[in-house]
Amino acid sequence: MPIDVNLIRNQFPLLHQEVNGNPLIYFDNAATTQKPKMVLDAMHRYYEVDNSNIHRGAHTLADRATQHFEDARESIRAFLGARESAEIIFTRGTTEGINLVAKTFGSTFIKKGDEIIISTLEHHSNIVPWQMLCEQNGAVLRVIPITDTGELILEEFEKLLSSKTKLVSLVHASNALGTINPVKRIIDAAHAVGAKVLLDGAQSTSHLEIDVLKLNCDFLVFSAHKLYGPTGLGVLYGKRELLEAMPPFLGGGEMIQDVTFEKTTYANLPFKFEAGTPSIAEVIAFKPALDFITSTGKTTIHQHEHALLQYTVELLQDVKGVIPVGTATEKIAVFSFNIQSMHPFDVGQLLDARGIAVRTGHHCTQPLMRRLGLEGTVRASFAVYNTLAEVEVFAEAVAKIAKLKNK
Amino acid sequence: MSTITDIQNEIVAEFEILGDDRESTIFYIMELGGNLEPYPEDFRKEEYIIKGCQSTVWLLAEEKEGKIHFQADSNTDITKGLISLLIRVLNQRSPKEILEADLDFIPRIGMGNILGSQRSNGLVAMMNQMKRYALAFQTKQNT
Repeated sequence: MPIDVNLIRNQFPLLHQEVNGNPLIYFDNAATTQKPKMVLDAMHRYYEVDNSNIHRGAHTLADRATQHFEDARESIRAFLGARESAEIIFTRGTTEGINLVAKTFGSTFIKKGDEIIISTLEHHSNIVPWQMLCEQNGAVLRVIPITDTGELILEEFEKLLSSKTKLVSLVHASNALGTINPVKRIIDAAHAVGAKVLLDGAQSTSHLEIDVLKLNCDFLVFSAHKLYGPTGLGVLYGKRELLEAMPPFLGGGEMIQDVTFEKTTYANLPFKFEAGTPSIAEVIAFKPALDFITSTGKTTIHQHEHALLQYTVELLQDVKGVIPVGTATEKIAVFSFNIQSMHPFDVGQLLDARGIAVRTGHHCTQPLMRRLGLEGTVRASFAVYNTLAEVEVFAEAVAKIAKLKNK
Repeated sequence: MSTITDIQNEIVAEFEILGDDRESTIFYIMELGGNLEPYPEDFRKEEYIIKGCQSTVWLLAEEKEGKIHFQADSNTDITKGLISLLIRVLNQRSPKEILEADLDFIPRIGMGNILGSQRSNGLVAMMNQMKRYALAFQTKQNT
């Protein structure tokens, strides 16, 4: 069933404003999505009614806050199809989730000469933590190459796999190009050589159906703010047996069972990895964000966003000077492009003058940009509240800019 | 030759014609970049890049008969347009004139408002670099 976009837009207060004298067109959703009113209300209500530190308070407010907090964890478990909520660890974001795995799983189970496989499509946050680990312990980083359309070359991946491979850490959907990677096939191949797999779900979790049991990934990381939730909150899903075997990440309050000056024993999962007071309001407000996605329906969301992408491609494919970047067959709703003889910054600035928000630059994927021989791109990324009419305004603005230098 | 104040007033008047139309203003700035004389390739080097700009800007200054001749280039058209404005105001002037110049056209045309704080800061970085050149040449003249 097609969605009623106006009904959805009414739930997002921020969208109803003018920017530079034009109605705002927000096409920077891969960077962060806007928040529905129920998320904003939940944050407000928490501070107005329930604010209290969680888990050990012996009073009603603490009990209430804890209840809401753990309800949210359970919602995330259900959202991902995980076995138990103890496998859901709260972090500050995708970046922290990857660093947590690198520092704990990596430093314990990856040794000198072992190999970690990533891909050319990775965001810096799925490159740098592994480089740091390799520098520390002498492990080796291997990189899956891509085609010119921005798709992984799976034959090359299979050649990289060996008994030395301990971890494959892979982006599920590329933030810069939108490519959806065939992760199930990659996970199965990695498991066949005994390697574990971490999926960077920062871009995929809001657009695609995710079932961690079906995928059989060992870790999945993502950020709440890209799923209509608050900033400063991320999720790390990990299989229990791995999380149990990993040492804690940060030391402090919340993560202990017993502390003496001689020895500390650690708390059970998930608290072992959650030192200090967490982002309570953000966690609680993430639940209505997930409710929003679930009630709208992931398939419906994906279909709508896909229609927006298709329409953009259709309107711009024959425009002289517009060069799409990343034309994989399977894509989330990301349209990355350049305009012949123009710097992406300038294109972004001109679109901003029309009230259109896009991302420009290397999108924290410098190795990918180098592989494609580009300094950067302009990226329009869509969400469920975007409309076909907005795409038309955007395409018209892009065509006008392209004409400047490509007469 | 017109004074620095005259040229700044001219620029402000040109931008006033464009009014509040942000898109046209940016198109206009981009066109201005076309006025820059071609940048000599021999000087497209790291040491001529201005620090503090998000886009790459090369700036070369040479002194001839007590006046400074500036040449510049950038990898983005908007930045080229901006630097062409600075060169229009400050080119072929003595180090003293450049150092004493009060470049008020930048706030007067509302550059921060048109282009945002990052680009506006970049413009200030370019201006400061031009003044540093002027200071260096002045010091050389006085010794």
